[in-house]
Amino acid sequence: MTDFDRRSVISGIGQSQIGRRLYRSGLDLTVEAALRAVADAGLEVDDIDGIATYPGGGSPAGVGFSGPGTPEVQDAMRLSVNWHSGGIEGAGQLAAVVNATLAVGAGLARHVLVYRTVTEASAQGSGGRQGIGAGDGGIGGTMQWSLPFRAYSAANWLALNAQRHFHEFGTTPEQLAMIAINARANAALNPTAIYTEPMTLDDYFDARMITTPFRLFDCDVPVDGSTAVIVSHADHAPNVDHPVARVEAVGTALRGRPSWDQFDDLTTMAARDAGAALWERTDLTPADVDVAELYDGFSFLSMTWLEALGFCGHGESGPFVEGGERIALDGELPLNTNGGQLSAGRLHGFGFVHEACVQLRGEGGDRQVADAEVAAVANGGGPIAGAMLLTRNP
Amino acid sequence: MSGAPFRVLPALDVQNEFFWTSGRAGVLRILRCQDCGYYLHPPSPRCPGCWSSSVSPETVSGRGEILTFTVNHQSWDGSTEPYVIAIVGLDEADGLRLTTNIVDCAVDDVAIGKRVEVVFEQHGEVWIPLFRVMEDAA
Repeated sequence: MTDFDRRSVISGIGQSQIGRRLYRSGLDLTVEAALRAVADAGLEVDDIDGIATYPGGGSPAGVGFSGPGTPEVQDAMRLSVNWHSGGIEGAGQLAAVVNATLAVGAGLARHVLVYRTVTEASAQGSGGRQGIGAGDGGIGGTMQWSLPFRAYSAANWLALNAQRHFHEFGTTPEQLAMIAINARANAALNPTAIYTEPMTLDDYFDARMITTPFRLFDCDVPVDGSTAVIVSHADHAPNVDHPVARVEAVGTALRGRPSWDQFDDLTTMAARDAGAALWERTDLTPADVDVAELYDGFSFLSMTWLEALGFCGHGESGPFVEGGERIALDGELPLNTNGGQLSAGRLHGFGFVHEACVQLRGEGGDRQVADAEVAAVANGGGPIAGAMLLTRNP
Repeated sequence: MSGAPFRVLPALDVQNEFFWTSGRAGVLRILRCQDCGYYLHPPSPRCPGCWSSSVSPETVSGRGEILTFTVNHQSWDGSTEPYVIAIVGLDEADGLRLTTNIVDCAVDDVAIGKRVEVVFEQHGEVWIPLFRVMEDAA
């Protein structure tokens, strides 16, 4: 029997307007992206029989972060679905896509609308983002182990991992910088990217320090936007007038402690487990991958994913990215070809899914990687991690 | 404590109260399995090693080592003074760690591997465990 992974394709993709402070509602952006994805998949809205998102309604994580929940979108589009799913637990942001492949693989649905919507730029602009210290009753749950120590942001939590990596392996700021500089170079070839001005090493170092070793351009840029993809049964592929991305394997494991500071190895994170699990589900190897779309909410995360997915050894991502040639569009492993979240905007994982499909379909225009047949996608940092391997079909 | 920075404070409950109030007695306490000796942090009702529910707070040395740190420059809470966030590994067990701040020294003097000891910063009934570099140790 075929593994569930390979019973699905991403038959259609769509994005809404993407920008800084659009002041449009998340639901509006979501419907825009969804309609484009449905049309791209060669479908009508009535064909959609499943819907999934990450994280969706009810997430406490702050204004602009969650996007509309599946019931809101189902109602807004008057969908009739056999299956729906949202939530923040699972294989990172990719959990929504993985869940859709599970539903399709199990026969619960044939065409699942999967979306991720953020309005974080507008939320910041209007002061609607939750402030530090909000709430009078004190902080509970896992955040009580970080916030009282003024470790307020994932920037702080991940800087701790990065600094340990620097210490153990001799990783340098110049090597870390290459993730941001490579992203900026690719963004210049992406019409929807936010930051497209060329960036030099001096520009990188001239930017202010956020939390050592992270400078401003090691941190992604909040945006408003929605990305939608249609996960369809693989037998729909011939009905579509373009190549599609076939799901080859998913990486969803969580084997170490699910914590920002208690994971067994401070130089890696849950990415290690999701990455290992991905290769347990396929006969392909890292050497088969033509393009890598690896989460860069912070630059260091792309480096941890390079290691976690076996593109280099543990601790070797610094030398791997040094100078930038290897990860450039014409290098041996083109990385974050749309500019990543660092320069194209924080579409929170789904920008990478979209870009992997663009590359596999050969629709990358000036940033197209020649003969891209296999794409690796990874999402998340710290205790949050998910990975997917996609292949071109046909 | 005068001069203490703004801090988000923990909400005390039955499970965490011992941890956040231990500083009143000048000591750090960590939950420990009374059956197998495993130190649990963050607190949990059962030992993850043997699943015993016989777990109790025990006083620990309050000494350890800086495993990693970051010097924060971003003004998240209104303060513009750089400060050090660190993960300290406590002497009692491998993998027993706290996220904390390194205080009472210049940020440039903080380094991975330095020996540290606990100090407390009082905020009402809550005593925040922070660490300072031990001068007479490598």
